[in-house]
This record gives sequence, C-alpha cells and structure tokens, in this order.
Amino acid sequence: MGYHSVIYEGTWQSFLTAIFEIYERKLDQVTICTKERFQPGVFGDQLVIHADEQKAKRVWMGLKSKLSKEGLNKIFACYLSELDGIENILLAYIRLVFSNDQSIEQAYGDAAVLRVSQVNRIVHREKHRMEAFIRFKLTQDDIFYAAIEPDFNVIPLILGHFKRRYADQKWIIYDLKRKYGIYYDLQKVEEITFAFTPDANICDTNTIYFKEDEALYQALWKDYFKHVNIVSRKNTKLHLQYVPKRYWKYLVEKY
Amino acid sequence: MSDRVREKLQILADAAKYDVSCSSSGSNRKNHNKGLGDTGSGICHTFTEDGRCVSLLKILFTNVCIYDCAYCVTRKSNDIQRAAFTVQEVVDLTMNFYRRNYIEGLFLSSGIFKNADYTMERLVQVAKKLRTEHKFNGYIHLKSIPGASDELMHEAGLYADRLSINIEMPTENGLKLLAPDKNRKDMIQPMNYIKNEIILHKEEKKIFKKTPIFTPAGQSTQMIIGATKETDKDIMYTASSLYKGFNLKRVYYSGYVPISNDTRLPGLGTAVPMVRENRLYQTDWLMRFYGFNIQELLNDANPHLDLDIDPKLSWALRNLNQFPIDINKADLQLILRVPGIGLKSAQKIVGARKFQQLNWEHLKKIGVAINRAKYFISCNSRQHERRDLTEMKIKQFILAGSGSKYLKNNPQQLVLF
Repeated sequence: MGYHSVIYEGTWQSFLTAIFEIYERKLDQVTICTKERFQPGVFGDQLVIHADEQKAKRVWMGLKSKLSKEGLNKIFACYLSELDGIENILLAYIRLVFSNDQSIEQAYGDAAVLRVSQVNRIVHREKHRMEAFIRFKLTQDDIFYAAIEPDFNVIPLILGHFKRRYADQKWIIYDLKRKYGIYYDLQKVEEITFAFTPDANICDTNTIYFKEDEALYQALWKDYFKHVNIVSRKNTKLHLQYVPKRYWKYLVEKY
Repeated sequence: MSDRVREKLQILADAAKYDVSCSSSGSNRKNHNKGLGDTGSGICHTFTEDGRCVSLLKILFTNVCIYDCAYCVTRKSNDIQRAAFTVQEVVDLTMNFYRRNYIEGLFLSSGIFKNADYTMERLVQVAKKLRTEHKFNGYIHLKSIPGASDELMHEAGLYADRLSINIEMPTENGLKLLAPDKNRKDMIQPMNYIKNEIILHKEEKKIFKKTPIFTPAGQSTQMIIGATKETDKDIMYTASSLYKGFNLKRVYYSGYVPISNDTRLPGLGTAVPMVRENRLYQTDWLMRFYGFNIQELLNDANPHLDLDIDPKLSWALRNLNQFPIDINKADLQLILRVPGIGLKSAQKIVGARKFQQLNWEHLKKIGVAINRAKYFISCNSRQHERRDLTEMKIKQFILAGSGSKYLKNNPQQLVLF
C-alpha cells in the first residue's frame, strides 16, 4: 500500500464519503484535504471523492453505534472548524473509535482524542460568542438582520438556538466570510445566499434600509451599556478577555 | 418622548448597577406558545468595562425611595436626580432589546415608594404584562420588596424566573448600624414564603403535570462586603446558613463602592475590596461544588481568607498531612481538593485514567496547573517533589512562580525617582 492523498469536496457528506472509501480500499497512509488546500506532491496517488449519500450514511450510522451523542457532536464541530489538517485528526479519531470495543471518548491520553476535545471546545466557544454577540437590526421589511464573520463555520450550530428563541419574528443571519446565511420566515429556516455583496458595515442605521426606531433602540442600548459600568471597578484586561476586539464590529455598544 | 425615555434609562440603569446578579441561567422556560424567547444556560451578551457580564436589562422601576440606607445611592437623603418608568416603558424596552439579541431578559428592582406592596405591585404588573400580553418567555428576575404581602409574592412567583431579596449586611448588627429603618425579619419573611411555595409547587408537579411553573430559577440574595467590620468567617457562615435554610441558588458578594461621606462607612476614594470579593466567591464555589465544609475553610483560628493565595491552596497548606495523593487511584472527591485542579480537569483525570496511567505530561495537557498541583500529588512518573517542604516554603515557591494575579502588591516594584 502506498501513500494516498484523498481530496474531497469540502462538504460534510463528501468528508464522510472519504472516510468510507478509505476503509473500503483499506488505505493505510493517507491525508485528507479539500481541493483548495491540496498541494500536489511528488509521491503518492490521488483519490478524488464525490459525495455519496449512501456511503456517508453508513459511516455516520457506524459512528452512531459506537459513540455517545456528545461524541458525534464533537466530530461534527471539529469538521466545522475548517482548520488545516483537522480531517486527518478526525480520521485518526474515527479509526480509534472503530478499532476499540469500549468507548474511547475519554481516553485523553491519546493525541487525537485530546485534540478533538480541544477543537470542539474552541468551536463551541465561537458558537457561544455568536449567540451572545449577534445584534439584530430591524429592516424596513420587518426582518431582523444580522451579519457575522465567525472564525469557524458555526451557522449549523447556532440555527436551532435562534429558531427556538425568535419564533415570532422574521430574521436573517448572514455569514459574510462564507457568503451564505439562514432566513427564518416564521415557519421554517432556509439557507440563503445574496446575489449581491451586502454592506459589511453593520453599524449603519440608514433609514433607507432600517426602521426609524432602529436608531433609537441602538442609542438606548449604548446609553444602557455606558451607565451600568462602575468606573471605580474598571478592569480593562478582563473586559478585553471577555470581549476580544475582533468582535467589536458586531457590537452596537462598542462602535 | 424618546429623549425622556433615554434620560430615564440613564438614571435608572445607573442606580441599579450595584446589584451584582446578572445571572440568567437555571430556568427552563421554553418558547411553548410560539412567542418570543426562551431560557436555558444563560448568555452574557456583553461585558462592561469593569469586566462584568451583561445578561439582563437591569434597571430600577424608580429611584424614589422612602428609606435612608447609608450604603445606598438612592437613599432618601442623597441629592440626586429622581425618575420613574411607566409599566409600558419597561415592557417596550425589554421587548425591543430582546428582539435585537441584546439581552436574556429583565432584572427589575426598585426604590420603595409609598409602601412595600405598592412598589411590589408595579413590578408584578410589568412581569404579568410581558408574560400574558406579549408572550414573552425570556428571563425575568424580580426583586422582592421587603415587607411585601404573601399574595403579591405568590403572583410574582408565577411570572418571574427568579426572585431575590438582598439581605444587604452580613450581620444583623451591620444592618442596624447602616439601615436603621430596615429589619431582617421583613427580608426573611418573603424569602421563607417563596421557599415554601417552591417546595409546594414541586410536590404538586409530581402529581399534576399541568401545575404552572413557579420561580423556576429559585431565589438569590446579595451581601455588601467591606462596608462594616465583619470577618470573612461571619460572611461565609451567613452565606452557608442562607444556602441551607432557604435553598438559595446563589449568594452574591458585592464589594462596597464608596458613595458617601457618612462616617459610619469607608470614605470616598477607598479602594473597592475586589481581591477579597474574589476570594469569597472562590470559597463559595469550594463550598457548593468541591465538597468543602465551610468550617474547614474558615474557623476561629482562621477567620480571614488569605488574600495572596486562593482558599483551596490555603486549606491544602494547612493540611499537608493529607497529601500527596495518587492521581491514578484517588477518589474524585479527593482530587477535587488538590490546588491547581478544577472541576473539569478532575473529571477528565478520572475518565482518562481508565485507559492508561497518567503522567505529568498527560496532566499538563488535560489542563492541570502543574506549578501548584505538583506539591500535592503523585502520578505515574519517577519525578516528583521529594523534598520535605514546609507550608511557608511551598507558598513561596508558588508565589514566585505565578504572575501578579496572586499578589496584592508587586513586592519588587521599582522606584524610579
């Protein structure tokens, strides 16, 4: 068996298909990566993967029979991190899952298990920050709109939270970096892409786009933020630790 | 119109900020009616420049007050601007902030105008309107007004997720000195009523599924620290008895922020006792999550917490005879007592050691603060601390190896001029 580069389409389903093919073809020495990240080397064969629903499903069902719900979620969250090389960590993790009779989820002595747990944590931190830092603005057509640029592709992870919480208002959350978003129309959530590039300037209160009241509530929120602060307890280090500067662009109260 | 609301918000947010609690967790109210909002583990939507979480719209209904408590900015004798919201204004603010994902809900408190029931009634009206007219399922924390009637407290419990009443001073003497118009009995009474109602509702819930939820996030309280001369022992023993006696979810410790020239209080310009406050919270955590008995941490021989080091380390140094413990064998309860090992790490250790014997490298990767823990544990390694170190020596080593966080004042600060 020689060395293989497995190139997948950058979707969840094609990633799972890649895992299937690696097992099916009994490939031993492999690296998985997307077409964009692939760097042709001198050695080894290339294997290009196309998503196959059935194959993906079989891998997922196999994992489901071996892992807790939490363990499954960790794999998905790591995948969403889009970190360079995360696919190979996941492959090592999955190999470990399938080659052990007992659950390996807590075997933190293993490098892949520990890494999966760490990446899962940072992805969930970003998810949590999006749930916290998203600021909706009410548009003229009665949709609450928020643009985001998260470090990781967390929209699939935050969808449920926003759907449950904002059930009685229409809303859009749009990822400017990955150029897609989700739209809730009071019934269901749909994936959307804008045909144009939306203005990234999210502090805009221009009444061409936004309701008259929007500026008032932003002003009220800024007032509130300023007045709950206790000056004699100022702690800039802690403030920056909790609200890193790269998130300020979302925050009405910080711009 | 809007300018007036802005002005009111500024005044009434300013007046409410000394209430520490901003917790929005512990409730399980679901968005069952396709309305607005839900509650769960709680989210901090932003942080103030002093590093505190902003989760709720925390405001006073009014800062008009008939009482004259020395430690309070809204005391009757203080010459400040007064304002009052209308019920509808608070409702509109809450709904519009919530819809924009600014907040998890409302924390409504108030100065006491006319009398206790009159004030409590206004707070209940706001909550009722939000729940019934606007199908609001976000978090509502109402302040119980000392002396409010059982009927009103009952209604408050039906709409609010959490109720709290501040006992203000850790001891009754402190309260007498600074708030002569108030008495502990008026504070304890509603707290006790709500405690019993919560128990009753839980019992009923077992029998009738449809029993409405009642104060699902329970009760909390707050004490002001450093305004009077209490010891840490006084404070934490009071806290411990409150947790036990009233099933409180949280006790908050609020370092006194000097706001007046009253001679009974620390003068203006006195530093807020932030390190002390932090140590009290750490002790509170050790008591609630780490299986410590408060008598182990504070007693007549040690009535004050060490400001240089955290209370767990301080306890461990006083009890060196209980260490070292073997990380690969000891019970979770014992591992939790090791300085430098937190809840998460302790659980990870117990999980991971089933697969292999853990060594220093593993522990480090799991997230244990080795620089502190190494004096108290042994693991699967030949290298461990063999010297028979004294309490003082260990403390010195740890302090020398840690950043300024554990030092009150940096002793090596250079004098330039």
